[in-house]
Amino acid sequence: MDLFVSIFTATIIAATPLIFAALGELIVEKSGVLNLGIEGMMLIGAAFGVWAHFAGLPMFVAVVIAVLAGMASSLLFGVLALTFMTNQYAAGLALAIFGAGVSAFIGRGFGSTPVEAIQPIDIPGLSNIPVIGEMFFHYDPLVYFSFVMFGAVSWFLYRTKAGLTLRAIGESPDSAHAIGFHVIRIRYLAVMFGGGMAGLGGAYLSLVYTPLWVENMTAGRGWIALALVVFAAWRPKRVVLGAWLFGGMTILQLQGQAMGLAIPSEVLSSLPYLATIIVLVLISQNRQAMALDFPVSLAQPFRPKG
Amino acid sequence: MILAQQQRALTMLFKIEARAEPSRQMALAAPLIATGLTIVISSIFFLTLGLNPFLTLYTFFVEPLTTKNGLSEWLLKASPLILIACGLSIGFRANVWNIGAEGQLIMGAITATGVGLFLPFQESGLLLPLMAVAGVIGGMAWAAIPAFLRDRMNTNEILVTLMLTYIAALILSWLVHGPWRDPEGFNFPQTALLPNQGMFGVFDYAYRLNTSIFITVVVVVLTWVFTERSFLGYKMSVGGAAPSAARFAGFSSSASIWIGLLASGAAAGLAGMMEVAGPLGQLSPQISPGYGFAAIIVAFIGRLNAIGIVLGGLLLSLLYLGGETVQLSLGLPSSIALIFQGMLLFFLLASNFLINFRFRKIAMRAH
Repeated sequence: MDLFVSIFTATIIAATPLIFAALGELIVEKSGVLNLGIEGMMLIGAAFGVWAHFAGLPMFVAVVIAVLAGMASSLLFGVLALTFMTNQYAAGLALAIFGAGVSAFIGRGFGSTPVEAIQPIDIPGLSNIPVIGEMFFHYDPLVYFSFVMFGAVSWFLYRTKAGLTLRAIGESPDSAHAIGFHVIRIRYLAVMFGGGMAGLGGAYLSLVYTPLWVENMTAGRGWIALALVVFAAWRPKRVVLGAWLFGGMTILQLQGQAMGLAIPSEVLSSLPYLATIIVLVLISQNRQAMALDFPVSLAQPFRPKG
Repeated sequence: MILAQQQRALTMLFKIEARAEPSRQMALAAPLIATGLTIVISSIFFLTLGLNPFLTLYTFFVEPLTTKNGLSEWLLKASPLILIACGLSIGFRANVWNIGAEGQLIMGAITATGVGLFLPFQESGLLLPLMAVAGVIGGMAWAAIPAFLRDRMNTNEILVTLMLTYIAALILSWLVHGPWRDPEGFNFPQTALLPNQGMFGVFDYAYRLNTSIFITVVVVVLTWVFTERSFLGYKMSVGGAAPSAARFAGFSSSASIWIGLLASGAAAGLAGMMEVAGPLGQLSPQISPGYGFAAIIVAFIGRLNAIGIVLGGLLLSLLYLGGETVQLSLGLPSSIALIFQGMLLFFLLASNFLINFRFRKIAMRAH
C-alpha cells in the first residue's frame, strides 16, 4: 500500500511540468500556431528560476521570473512566426536551440548546487486523513495550481467568448479577420501564454522536482509535451490524462532501477520515449477523432488581406 | 491620445507589401544582414559582460583560423555539418521534417564501429568501405522507422525522429558501458580503438583533418544535381510547396516521405561513421557535439541549397571553434556558441522576410 501511495504521488508530481507546458502549447496550437520551441522555453524558465532563487529572491518571485522569462523567449518566436511570417517549424527549432544555449549560460554558475525546494503544504484536517490525505492533500502549491490551470484552460476554451474567438482563429483566420478580430494580436497573446506556461513547467523542474540546475535538465520533456497535445487530440482533459500516463512511465522506470531489476538501466530510461512513439502511433490511427478538434490553420502563416 | 496618434502616423509611414516575385538581391543580402545583426547584438552582449567586443569577436571568429591546426579543425567540423544538412535539405524541401539526425548519426556510428571491431576483415582494405556502408545502413534504418510510421500510420515524423534520438543515445550508452566496453580500457565507458584499416588517413600527422572530407564534397555535388537538375528532386519540392497541386499531377507524397527520410538518415549515418573512423577512433557516450541539430540550422542558413549549405556549414563550424577558443582564452562558457547559433537562425529567418516582402514608404496622413 505504501508503495502504491508513493508511486501515485510521485506520478502526479512528475506529470506536473508536462501539464503546464502541454496546456500552454494547447492554447498556442488552438490559435493556429505551432511552436516547437517548448524545450527551449522550459529550459529558460528552469534556469531563470534557479538564477532568481540564488539571487536571494523569495520562491514565489523566482517562479514569476521563470514565467516572465518563458514569455519573453516565446516573443522571439512570435515575432518571427507572426510578424515576419517565417516557417513556424524553423522558428520553433531556432527557439529550442537558442533556449538550450541561453539557459546553459544563465545557469553556468549554479551547476548541481541544490535548491531549497518548494515544500508541500498541509491542508488542515484533510492532510491528516490516512492514505487519502497522503495521496491527495500533501503536495506543493504548484501541483494544485496545475489543476487550477487545467480548469481555467477548459473553461476558457469552451465556456467563454474569448475562447470561442481563439478557436475560430485557429480554424479559419481569414474569416475571423473578416469579422473584425485581430488575428495577429490574439495569436501573440496565445504564444505568450504558451511561453509563460512552459517557463512555469521548467521552473517546476528546477525548483521543485529535481531541485537543482543541470544543463539540458528537461531531457526531452518539452518535446513530450508537444506529443501530448497531439495525443490529446487538442482536448485539455486528455492532456492531463496523457501527462499522468507519461509521469507514471517515468516513475515506474525509476522504481525499476531502484529495485535493481536485472534489466539495463538504459532500457528502463528509454521507456517514456518509446511509450511516446507507441501512443502517437495508436492515436494517429483514428483520423476522425484527430480531425475533430484539430485547428485547421495550424502552422500556416497568416497575413491580413486589405 | 497623442501617443496613439503618433503610433498611427508611424504605421502610416511604411506599408508592408508582397513583392511580385522574390527579390534576387535580397536573397543574397539576407544572410549578410543576419550575420551583421548577430555580430552587432553579440557585441552588445559582450559589452554587458564587461568584455572588449572587438577582442572577443576577433577571438571568436578570426583567431581560430590563424593557425594551420585551426584551419584543419574548421574543415573537420564543417564536414559532418555540411554532409548532414545536404541530406536534411532533401527532406525539408518536401516538407518532411527529420529533426532526429543526431540519433541517425549515433546509429551510423554504432553500426560502423560494430563492423570495424567485430567483423573478420580487420586487416583488409575492404574494412573502411564496409564500415561506410554499415554507417549508411544504420542511419537509414533508424530513419526508416519514422518514414514507415508517417507513411503507413499517419504519425508525425518530427516527434518520432526526436524520441528516437533519445533512444539512440541510450543504446550507445548501454553499448559502451556494457557489451562493447573495451576490456583493456581501465573501465572507461568506451570501446576498443578501431584497427588502422578502419580509419581514414590524415593529410598530415600533426592535424586531425582526414580524407573523409572528399566524401562530403561528393555528397554536396550529388545533392546539387538531385535538387537542381533532377525531375524527382523537382517533384519533391513541388510536393512540399504545393501538396494539392502535386497530388493533382500524380506525384506521390509517400515517395517524398521515404526519400526525404532515408536520404537524410543515410547522410547522418555516414557522418557518424566519419566521426568514429576519423577524429574519434572509438565509441564513447558522447560522440557528437550536437552536429545533428546544428545541421538543421545549416540547412536553413543555406536556404536548402547545396552551395548555400557549404557556406552555412563553414559558418557554424566556425561558431563551434570560436566557442572553444573563447572558452580557453577568455574563460567564457561554451554555451555561447549555442546562443550564437540560435540568434543567427532567428535573424536569418527574419531577414528572409525581405525576399518576399518590402516596406514601401507612403505619404503621411495629416491628423
